[in-house]
Amino acid sequence: MNLPQLTAHDLLDVFKSGKASPKEAYEDVLRRIKAVDPKVKAYVRPAKNQPDFKGGFQIPIALKDNLCTKQEEITCASRILKGFISPYDAGVVEKVKKSGGAVLGFANQDEFAFGSSCETSCYGPTFNPWDLQCVPGGSSGGSAAAVAADEAVWALGSDTGGSIRQPASFCGIVGLKPTYGRVSRYGLIAFASSLDQIGPLTKDVRDCALLLNIIAGYDERDSTCVNEPVPDYTKALVNDVRGLKIGVPKEAFAEGLDAQVRVSLEAAIDLLKKLGAVVTQVHLPHTPYAVATYYIVATAEASSNLARFDGVRYGLRVQPARARKNALVDMYEETRSKGFGAEAKRRIMLGTYALSSGYYDAYYLRGQKVRTLIKNDLDEAFKVCDVVLTPTSPTVAFKVGEKMSDPLSMYLSDIYTIPANLAGIPAISVPCGFSKGGLPIGMQLMGKAFDEEMLLRVSYTYEQNTEWHTRKPNL
Amino acid sequence: MSSFEPVIGLEVHLQLNTRTKIFCSCANQYGCASNTNVCPVCLGLPGSLPVLNQQALLSAIKVGLGLNAQINPFIKFDRKNYYYPDLPKGYQISQYDFPVAKDGFLNIKIGDQEKRVRIKRAHLEEDAGKLVHDNSGSCSLVDFNRTGTPLIEIVTEPDLHSPQEAYDYLNILKLTLQYLDVSDCDMEKGSLRCDANVSIRPVGQTLLGTKTELKNMNSFRAVKAALEYEIRRHEQVITAGGKIVQETLLWDDAKAQTQTMRSKEEAHDYRYFPDPDLVPFTVDHKLIDSVRAELPELPQAKHIRFLSQYSLSEYDANILVADRGTADFFEAAVKEYPSPKKVANWMAGPVLMELNDRKMSIYELKISPASLIGLIKKVEEGIVSNLVGKEVLTFMLNEGKNADEVIKEKGLSQVSDDSALLVIIDEVIAQNPAVVEQIKSGKSNAAGFLVGQAMKKSGGRANPKKLNELITRRIAGV
Repeated sequence: MNLPQLTAHDLLDVFKSGKASPKEAYEDVLRRIKAVDPKVKAYVRPAKNQPDFKGGFQIPIALKDNLCTKQEEITCASRILKGFISPYDAGVVEKVKKSGGAVLGFANQDEFAFGSSCETSCYGPTFNPWDLQCVPGGSSGGSAAAVAADEAVWALGSDTGGSIRQPASFCGIVGLKPTYGRVSRYGLIAFASSLDQIGPLTKDVRDCALLLNIIAGYDERDSTCVNEPVPDYTKALVNDVRGLKIGVPKEAFAEGLDAQVRVSLEAAIDLLKKLGAVVTQVHLPHTPYAVATYYIVATAEASSNLARFDGVRYGLRVQPARARKNALVDMYEETRSKGFGAEAKRRIMLGTYALSSGYYDAYYLRGQKVRTLIKNDLDEAFKVCDVVLTPTSPTVAFKVGEKMSDPLSMYLSDIYTIPANLAGIPAISVPCGFSKGGLPIGMQLMGKAFDEEMLLRVSYTYEQNTEWHTRKPNL
Repeated sequence: MSSFEPVIGLEVHLQLNTRTKIFCSCANQYGCASNTNVCPVCLGLPGSLPVLNQQALLSAIKVGLGLNAQINPFIKFDRKNYYYPDLPKGYQISQYDFPVAKDGFLNIKIGDQEKRVRIKRAHLEEDAGKLVHDNSGSCSLVDFNRTGTPLIEIVTEPDLHSPQEAYDYLNILKLTLQYLDVSDCDMEKGSLRCDANVSIRPVGQTLLGTKTELKNMNSFRAVKAALEYEIRRHEQVITAGGKIVQETLLWDDAKAQTQTMRSKEEAHDYRYFPDPDLVPFTVDHKLIDSVRAELPELPQAKHIRFLSQYSLSEYDANILVADRGTADFFEAAVKEYPSPKKVANWMAGPVLMELNDRKMSIYELKISPASLIGLIKKVEEGIVSNLVGKEVLTFMLNEGKNADEVIKEKGLSQVSDDSALLVIIDEVIAQNPAVVEQIKSGKSNAAGFLVGQAMKKSGGRANPKKLNELITRRIAGV
């Protein structure tokens, strides 16, 4: 039996039947990592601590390198955090461990989640299991590649502007960004606090519901976490979309969308219609401003969130060989110059500028106002539909290096995913086809706040009536 | 005389005495071993998040109400971004555009006149850590125990016009805060800190002059001294045709002078923005009303009441009101023994002296209002003299006993027994024949000297009335 290939729910059945033990599964996945990770480079570090193999969900799991895990080095794929050993578990890591989750290791990402390709990592890029010439997407590219390559049964990532959904789409798996406040951010090393949310990357929709069951819920240590009851998300897995209203924004199918992605999405819409869903056009007039708004709000918050990496207490500290100003300022400057990569520096500078005295009103405050308009657009849309459907990304996975010298075109990779973060609503990406070159295509569904169940129901129905999720890359 | 008018505004940082820190559950405690009273949150470790301590908010509301301010029910926190090794997140969580309280005031007295000092705002924020400088000079260390201690910053309008007014304001502010029981207000421990902004302008001019900011004053006296120094310096510079440079200065108490810390050009752009980790919320008016309902009577109101209700002198009222515990003790004692003047004399005199000697608060003394009254009654009844009464008080405090027990055990009751007193009187008469002659020749007030001598011999225990009576009779009878 090829245990690493199984979904989590199949693996649970295997454990129940006694055909294999969780320990065997864990070891098989470790062997798989050993075999294929030199090619994929999904992981940056194996877990130092062994799982205790207790609990109902002893599933081998990959964690993104920004989820604090007790007595493990956690770096956000940045030189500046090298050597930082977390003394505590993030809220989600606590929940995963308590459920029995067997942590395999820490998955690669863009540095501080700044990127859409996993190329800004200080450890070098992760490669797409479907085509090793291509990026896996980002920033949770390591998590997505690990699941797609059967180097993890499922994984956790974080999503600030599409960082779960876009790599899920590029790697042909399921990725969900929950409602802002559904999952505790305690212990997630912050990129943009008002946008960040942790979510599952899984092989199918049922696994997505199972992992969301494990991580969702109130945590008093996160003031932005909402004290709402958590439903059993597997109950939403109903193969029926009859009468459900699916909104398709005309803006989503405008210029810039890859022709093959468009064809796959149109086919998916047709299938949902055939299955009984009612497709209506919706209008999201402010979404063309989403990317610009995002890069003001997110970088402003990031510039402040990353201020703590100053060399004083943990991680990297560098004193220049020759004194310049005074020992302290020299140390700050040298540490941050050496510790951060180019994209991190770019975003810190953008954000610092947006918050500066005299520019705050024109940038950050205005950005927040446009954010409200984008949220209002979506609120309006949800008055006439149950979910909003778009492509996850305008293109399939691009080549490694292709967009590194063109940050603006890289930023546009998240054009469809950013609105859900700005509005705080849940969104999922599910596989909906392949390009001629054999690269996966993803469909995004956005839902009302705290209505993850609707997303799961529509995705599940679509998945039950297609076979995209069953395909495996040839490694 | 100087033709300039100083304009002064004060910023007071007060550490609130909540049980835990403002954004985490570490104890809010002074004096722990370095870096032992910390957690991922107050250390600003990656991934940690702040959660507001409700008690800190309640204390801040209490301060706002106590300073006659408007409470802002919309609670929002902002990040003040700057780099310093004692600031582990690279930003301080503070309140920028929505302080918890605004538009308050406190009155100070200038001669017989009351003057209103407007309080612009009071906002909540977190304290930073402390730098510890290594003796060798090779490095500095940081102690993060203090990080996250709840602070309220109280900012006045530029309403103060002399160092003395600033000093008076600080004293009444501190007393008010002590009454509110929100802080120990101990400047030595740093739980109360004060910065001052000062400028001068020609008398009669309304436009403000260029100000300088003074930091590092460790007592109210130092605030006054620093302001006096800085005002003189401004006057000298301006009189000599120079211009004041806007800057921040540090007060050096030992040298009694200010020195430049940073100029305006070096001032930080703090890049304030709303902290996305703390969701803004609105405080229920009922909560504000319940804090208001529980406010104690504040010192200035108490002072006025003491004058009218107990007919106390300004002096006695001042002394009693200067400490909430003393005032409460006084009122409890007066309930037992309705002679406010006598109780006030005892409180403002011997009791206060004992407090000062022992460096204790009234709560720490082993005496209750009832037992003090027990003592006062003994004195009034003539069982012990006033002088011995004070001695009894000392024993009572040392041993935690009541007046009765002490007097009995130590045999301190007054001697009113004629035969015992006559023995002493005869000795005194024998030793002072000249004085006796004076009395005989009609100088009856010379008897006082003999009473004093006899009292001395009795060890203060003789009943002075009785002595006087016996001495007069004895001399007349001889």
